[in-house]
Amino acid sequence: MTARRLIDWVPHAVLILGVLIFAFPIYMTLIGSTWDAATIARGNLPLTPGDQMAHNYVTAWTESRGSRAVFTPVRTMMLNSVIMALTIAVGKIVISILSAFAIAFFRFPGRMLFFWMIFITLMLPVEVRIIPTYKVVADLGLIDSYAGLTIPLIASATATLLFRQFFLTIPDELVEAAKMDGAGPMRFFVDVLLPLSRTNIAALFVILFIYGWNQYLWPLLITTSREMQTVVVGIVAMIGTGESATDWNLIMATTMLAMLPPVAVVVLMQRWFVKGLVDSEK
Amino acid sequence: MQRRVVFENKWLPYLLLAPQVAITLVFFHWPAAQAIEQSMLLQDAFGLRQTFVWFENFEVVLSDPNYLGTMRVTAVFSLAVTVLSMVLALLFAVLANAHIRGRSAYKTLLIWPYAVAPAVAAVLWLFIFNPEIGVLGRALNNIGLRWDYRLNDAQALFMVVAASAWKQVSYNFIFFLAGLQAIPRSLLEAAAIDGAGPVRRFRTVTFPLLSPTTFFLLVVNVVYAFFETFGVIHALTKGGPGKATETLIYRVYLDGVINNDMGSSSAQSVLLMLVVVALTAIQFRFIERKVHYA
Amino acid sequence: MSNRLALAAGTAVALALLAGPAAAQKVQLEFWHGLPQPLGGQLEQVVQGFNASQDKIQVNPTFKGSYPEAMQGAIAAFRAGNAPHIVQMFEVGTATMMAAGPAIKPVYQLLQETGSTLDPKSYLSAVAGYYTTPDGKLVSMPFNSSTTILFYNKDAFQKAGLDPNAPPKTWPELIEATKKLKASGSSCPFTTSWPTWAQFEQFSSIHNVPFATQENGFKGLNAELKINSPLHVKHLQTLIDMQKDGLFKYAGRDNAPDALFPSGECAMQMASSGLRLRITKEAKFAWGAAMLPYWPDVKDAPKNSIIGGASFWVMTSPKRTADEYKAVAEFLKYLGQPEVDAKWHMDTGYLPITAKGYEAAKAAGFYDKNPGADVPYLQMARSEVTENTKGLRLGGLPEIRNIIQEEMEKAFQGQQSAQQALDTAVQRGNTVLRNFERANKG
Repeated sequence: MTARRLIDWVPHAVLILGVLIFAFPIYMTLIGSTWDAATIARGNLPLTPGDQMAHNYVTAWTESRGSRAVFTPVRTMMLNSVIMALTIAVGKIVISILSAFAIAFFRFPGRMLFFWMIFITLMLPVEVRIIPTYKVVADLGLIDSYAGLTIPLIASATATLLFRQFFLTIPDELVEAAKMDGAGPMRFFVDVLLPLSRTNIAALFVILFIYGWNQYLWPLLITTSREMQTVVVGIVAMIGTGESATDWNLIMATTMLAMLPPVAVVVLMQRWFVKGLVDSEK
Repeated sequence: MQRRVVFENKWLPYLLLAPQVAITLVFFHWPAAQAIEQSMLLQDAFGLRQTFVWFENFEVVLSDPNYLGTMRVTAVFSLAVTVLSMVLALLFAVLANAHIRGRSAYKTLLIWPYAVAPAVAAVLWLFIFNPEIGVLGRALNNIGLRWDYRLNDAQALFMVVAASAWKQVSYNFIFFLAGLQAIPRSLLEAAAIDGAGPVRRFRTVTFPLLSPTTFFLLVVNVVYAFFETFGVIHALTKGGPGKATETLIYRVYLDGVINNDMGSSSAQSVLLMLVVVALTAIQFRFIERKVHYA
Repeated sequence: MSNRLALAAGTAVALALLAGPAAAQKVQLEFWHGLPQPLGGQLEQVVQGFNASQDKIQVNPTFKGSYPEAMQGAIAAFRAGNAPHIVQMFEVGTATMMAAGPAIKPVYQLLQETGSTLDPKSYLSAVAGYYTTPDGKLVSMPFNSSTTILFYNKDAFQKAGLDPNAPPKTWPELIEATKKLKASGSSCPFTTSWPTWAQFEQFSSIHNVPFATQENGFKGLNAELKINSPLHVKHLQTLIDMQKDGLFKYAGRDNAPDALFPSGECAMQMASSGLRLRITKEAKFAWGAAMLPYWPDVKDAPKNSIIGGASFWVMTSPKRTADEYKAVAEFLKYLGQPEVDAKWHMDTGYLPITAKGYEAAKAAGFYDKNPGADVPYLQMARSEVTENTKGLRLGGLPEIRNIIQEEMEKAFQGQQSAQQALDTAVQRGNTVLRNFERANKG
């Protein structure tokens, strides 16, 4: 019977080990954010919390100056990240649902041409065309603006395909009923399609919010003033080059704060998150 | 391919399509065209003088032994990230899918790293493995292992692979779990009745049925390792030591932004676009359904 | 576009709050710099000094990351049509900037157009020489000039049985010292910041050997690297051997190793003289500064070292007005004043760049109170300048520095010999030089 019990426990043991390994970096970050810079710089960071937590978080949130480095206050960077993530998520959903509606519910000349124009960009990440896209944004005078930060990332074949896929499953009877009632296309869109798309929209929103929040190379190039820095870029900038003399306590506090919104979104909206991920990619 | 019942309207569909088409044209098609144009130009740093040089930038890049080295690094790195994150994810998914208690708790505890940005993941690992201040970095040095990823190719590669895979396990885990839950229990029970043990059941029933998921994840993970890990490398190693962790996308950045060699950088972008087109073609097998049916 | 409007409005409000009600009438100048703390703060103080000295011009300093990052930022901004008025550019970017043509406004031309005067001869020749055209016209405004020196931990010397007042003068002496330091328990007897600048650029100057042909590039764009000479190879081999024996620590590129001396981890460090400010603030031990060591078997050694640091470049933009250029000229003239120069020098460890500035510091008793603070100046001035010691003017030098660092990193890991490393570095570096030559001719 002992052997049997052992077998029962193996999956738990492996999973708990996995969970611990995954959580360890976060734990150390949390610990790092509760000590002072000197303790960390000496390499003596204990494995238990210190007493500088309030000080570190308040300083990181409001100040632009640590004991050693100058940086953008976290509240400014977080605001930029929120604006970026929300604009990208909402923007993508809006333009994708509109174009999917056009492609799925209308017959018009050039339909397939437009469809392929969008589809061909499906897997082309912004990183591949980073330099020329930067140049285009520069030519348009959008460097260091929220527009430059977000609009180029708003076009998304993935979301369009997802909505189109979903729209094709909507029974013809619904459309016919709407037409019989004398409802125009936009009326149908607002009264029928939007309510039906709620879960899809929520699921996509979660995925896209994280996508927007976690952008790195694009904001790194496109923002030039400190006031426009996003938090993910800001953390790496805070490390700088002289590694052992950075304000690690503040960086760790900033890191915790930067992870909070996307992790909260994933954990709290888990059901939609999983649905969004699986649906939009498969 | 299209609905039977549609609305009739001359201009409305174009209006609905306009925002997406405009953005796609301006920020996808135009830059792609510019990349092709720039890849054939020789330019100074300030963009003041340029000469048309046909395919010279491509020739130079492709005959540069360092570029070939970077390709090799990218291949090793991508393979390591993909295999490591997929194997771990599969293991966790299979265990979590077994009918044990606390399944949903494990799920929650394993998927949150997906929300962490690659660059931030790198900072977490840096903080632990830094030779001077990191808890584990110092411990390794104290037990006599010379740990300094800034001057050791293998250690540097380990760092970028670990940080990149750490984050990606969650993603793969979600898909494997979804794939596993879609497998009909009756199949597994039938195999059990035939006397197949858990390992054999996995090998003969589960894994083959998971192969579409596996194949899909393979492509997605390669794309992730190729492009989205830029932040990890930029925050951790900046491509060093030497060029030990320099991937193709990092080199695009290096030549285009740091060294101001637009021609070479654009040529590399064009090459990468070809890679993506190839990967898309492979993936197409799976997206096909989405495009042509239903 | 409403985002942009909102941003512009937000920025305007923020600026107005910062600058007070008078801001609207003042000429606003954007000034980008690449000095991290604590130097950046000192520089911003200099700017505040200028802002307070008059009421027509407001200079807004912005930290743009490291020197290379500030340079890339400025180039990208120029391409985007919104370059800052003034950018601080490190000395290795000089050739790139000089070739930039209409992107920059040479200082002599700016002064001419705005009817201002500034005598290039008031600057030390080693400093001005780096930033002037062959016929002696000032192209950029020299400001923070440093040179590489050796910082050493006097407490660690004492502990190792070394004389804390006799730092090593030659490489053999330095190697001896590292052995004793190691024996006394030091885990890092010696390290170097700026591996390329200190171990190759300065090294070549001190030993009076060329870094590149064409007088280190001063005579033309067709220069070729010369750093695979037997002397350079021997030097790199020495460092590799020392690293193997735990006497030397390669701690990263550019100024990444800067923290190691102030923190007390490394007992000796070659670094920019500008590191002095940070050491003064952070070091909890007695320390000294010494000139760079040399190989005594080299006939001409030791010669003067070359400068590093940065100068200020005036950039152009389609939107620039004559008033703005005038304001820029006012700011540059302020920086050229001996009092400003002397104060900056005494506050930071950078060189005095005017003879009057040096004298002002001397008269203030600075060198009596701070023994060793004149080491950089004396090292710069210790010999007649030769064609090998006046500096470097090579296009793409930032990239070449990285190439040399990459090849060094491979050699330090035992993947290649010193000879192979430097042969490859020369070959790769020459490719960069040829590309620069092609892209910038005509």
